[in-house]
Amino acid sequence: MARALSNTHCSSSETVAEPEADESTEQTRRAILLGALASTACLGCSTRAHAAEDPPGSDERPQRGDVLVFSEGDQEGKLVTAADLPAGGPPVHAWPKDPKTSVVRSASRLNEILIIRLDPAELDEQTKARAVDGILAYSAICSHAGCPVTAWVKSDAGDKEVFKCMCHNSEYDPRAGAQVVFGPAPRRLAALPLALADGALSVAGNFIGKVGGAQPG
Amino acid sequence: MKTSITKKQWYLSGFVAFTCLVSTAAIAGPIENYAPVTQQRLENPEPGNWMLYRRTYDGQGYSPLDQINTSNVKNLTPVWTFATGVVEGHEAPPIVNNGVMFVATPMGQVIALNAKTGDEYWRYKRQLPDDLFQLHPTSRGVGLWEDKLYLATTDDHVVALDAKTGKVVWDTKVQDYKKGQYMTLMPLIVDGKVIVGGSGGEFGVRGYVAAFDAKDGKELWRTFTIPGEGEPGHDTWQGDDWKNGGGSAWMTGNYDKDTKTIYWGVGNAAPWPGEMHPGDNLYTSSVLALDPGTGKIKTYHQYHQNDSWDWDEVEAPMLIDLQRDGRNIKSLVHPGRDAIFWVLERTPTKINYVAGWPFVATDVWKGIDAESGKPIVDPDHKPVVGKRVEFCPSLWGGKDWPSAAYSQKTGLVYVPANENFCGGFTGEKIALKPGELWLGTKPEDIGLKAKPGADHFGELQAWDPATGKKVWQHNFPKSQLFGSVTATAGDLVFAGGTNDRNFRAFNAKTGELLWEQKTNSGIMGMPVSYEIDGTQYVAVQSGWGVDAQRIQDALATNNIGIESNVPQGGVIWVFALKK
Repeated sequence: MARALSNTHCSSSETVAEPEADESTEQTRRAILLGALASTACLGCSTRAHAAEDPPGSDERPQRGDVLVFSEGDQEGKLVTAADLPAGGPPVHAWPKDPKTSVVRSASRLNEILIIRLDPAELDEQTKARAVDGILAYSAICSHAGCPVTAWVKSDAGDKEVFKCMCHNSEYDPRAGAQVVFGPAPRRLAALPLALADGALSVAGNFIGKVGGAQPG
Repeated sequence: MKTSITKKQWYLSGFVAFTCLVSTAAIAGPIENYAPVTQQRLENPEPGNWMLYRRTYDGQGYSPLDQINTSNVKNLTPVWTFATGVVEGHEAPPIVNNGVMFVATPMGQVIALNAKTGDEYWRYKRQLPDDLFQLHPTSRGVGLWEDKLYLATTDDHVVALDAKTGKVVWDTKVQDYKKGQYMTLMPLIVDGKVIVGGSGGEFGVRGYVAAFDAKDGKELWRTFTIPGEGEPGHDTWQGDDWKNGGGSAWMTGNYDKDTKTIYWGVGNAAPWPGEMHPGDNLYTSSVLALDPGTGKIKTYHQYHQNDSWDWDEVEAPMLIDLQRDGRNIKSLVHPGRDAIFWVLERTPTKINYVAGWPFVATDVWKGIDAESGKPIVDPDHKPVVGKRVEFCPSLWGGKDWPSAAYSQKTGLVYVPANENFCGGFTGEKIALKPGELWLGTKPEDIGLKAKPGADHFGELQAWDPATGKKVWQHNFPKSQLFGSVTATAGDLVFAGGTNDRNFRAFNAKTGELLWEQKTNSGIMGMPVSYEIDGTQYVAVQSGWGVDAQRIQDALATNNIGIESNVPQGGVIWVFALKK
């Protein structure tokens, strides 16, 4: 039978559901949290330094004006340019990098980015409007359980190649704003606006959409 | 600045008041007259309660309740349901203590309910880190001790909650989730110790079992499942392979209260191809016998050596008293992921091999050495680096973690098995990076194939462990079977596990399907049975996800007319006989 809540229960509700903090508070909280925990890597990313060695700004989300560097492979750490992107994929895995301080923002796995060049004729109107010379960028972290998107494979649901998170088989079509085309993911990958000048890529704005996996309540 | 703080305080107080106001109508708690859980109660649980992972320390998954039986189960009907609000795989048994139900769900949530009415007492929702890499977003339940309960979280903490209010009593970080360490198991509680094991074999961790003081969360002992330098068994590893050799222990152990020994299943070696970690690789793919007071390893049995197939043997063996070949055997029974139905003998100092036989088709083993109990490998079906190797059964094995059950009335073991699946991959040397998957193959190179012409996949099997004979089998033509089973004294076996969302009851003696009920999603959760005020209930969580969904996706790509369309979303279902 329902009854009035005790004080203990009210205080429990308080701790569970805090009102949203303002932006500066949230930044500070995140900085403390990330700074306090050891850093790590994600599937397909490069090895990272320990948290104690992470320089300021390395855990911040991509900032307008950041350049992009390879996060894996032979060119790890080198700038990603338009010339590095093969038409039609596969995607390049990258980190944002502050050009002023040379800090690579690799202290949070949520900063890993997929950059891909596609035929503009294949893009839907909204995606085409955002592409620069057919080049698009998306978060590499799956919107389902936060696993990394690592594969560029033929879709289980169609005949085109798609981004795939191998953890739980979610697939995303980068031609249509990375919308979900297969698997349990509840929403599209966050998109990252890019700018292109003289073949050099840079970040043109904040992530569009939530980065990372779904959470309850 | 002062104004801003005042404004925030005002806003916060208003928010809290609002929260209390809206919660009043929906919540029945706090819990009054809670029955504290003692060692005596855990060792001799009342028939109407389900306070351990498999109800009793022996891991049999058997309820002595018989009000619901073969003659009346057709009248079973839902009496209440409760939506958890979470998607993904709901794998935990509803834990019941004198009319109070505690349910763990994915995403670190625990819900306390009135087990008779379904009214909510309280909810605990863990705020998981945004950057958590959830390879297995699930939980297999909460352990009980005195007036607290204990949750192992996917961000690798053990949390103690006040059973009456849901308020956090203590929260102990076990290891760093950013290095691939996580937990999904239900803690085993023995004599005031909260005993857990770590997941993360896929990330190249070194496995362990650890105990924490139930009162304050202080770590009491930690035993690594891969022996370090100077420890017995270390010579079964070469070089530094042991440091990242896997052997995670991600399922709840069982306990022999007479010898004060816990039996804990240990997972596969890492990375997958055996040539990347030469040797037998103790104690991977083994069962460990541990002293719960100290964590000391008393003895062990390794089911198969130098694992190369991802065949975790993490489900702890059932403790069953058998009469076999004219003698009484205190046995350990384990239908393995390696496709072998193992019967072992537990003694205070040693585990003896008694018998083993394949319960699904396998091309990996040529036989079992009668003296040592070691299976004999066919090298053509053992994965290697640089070449694709196929093997049967698939990497999910003959039976994965979903639990088998044993009926003390029929003497049979009921196994949720999968037949006609094979798999394979190409081994590849890949450098270990902490926190990243480290499988020894590219994840996209892992395959699961249905055998051509297969007429079914899932099998609910009933075996007599005393004779090694299969007594009955129920086939599922269009689905895997990926859910734990539970037996009752009503001569019933309850099982979900199929992609058609059904919950079923079978005749434990004959295998006849007696009852089925469609639910909201697919059932991976463990069925339980309990009693309140003279009424027997059966409860289970429906909520598809994790590996059942992975197999389903793989089935959908096999062009055998099976789609990947099982809906997700968790609901607790509770059934009783129509009155």
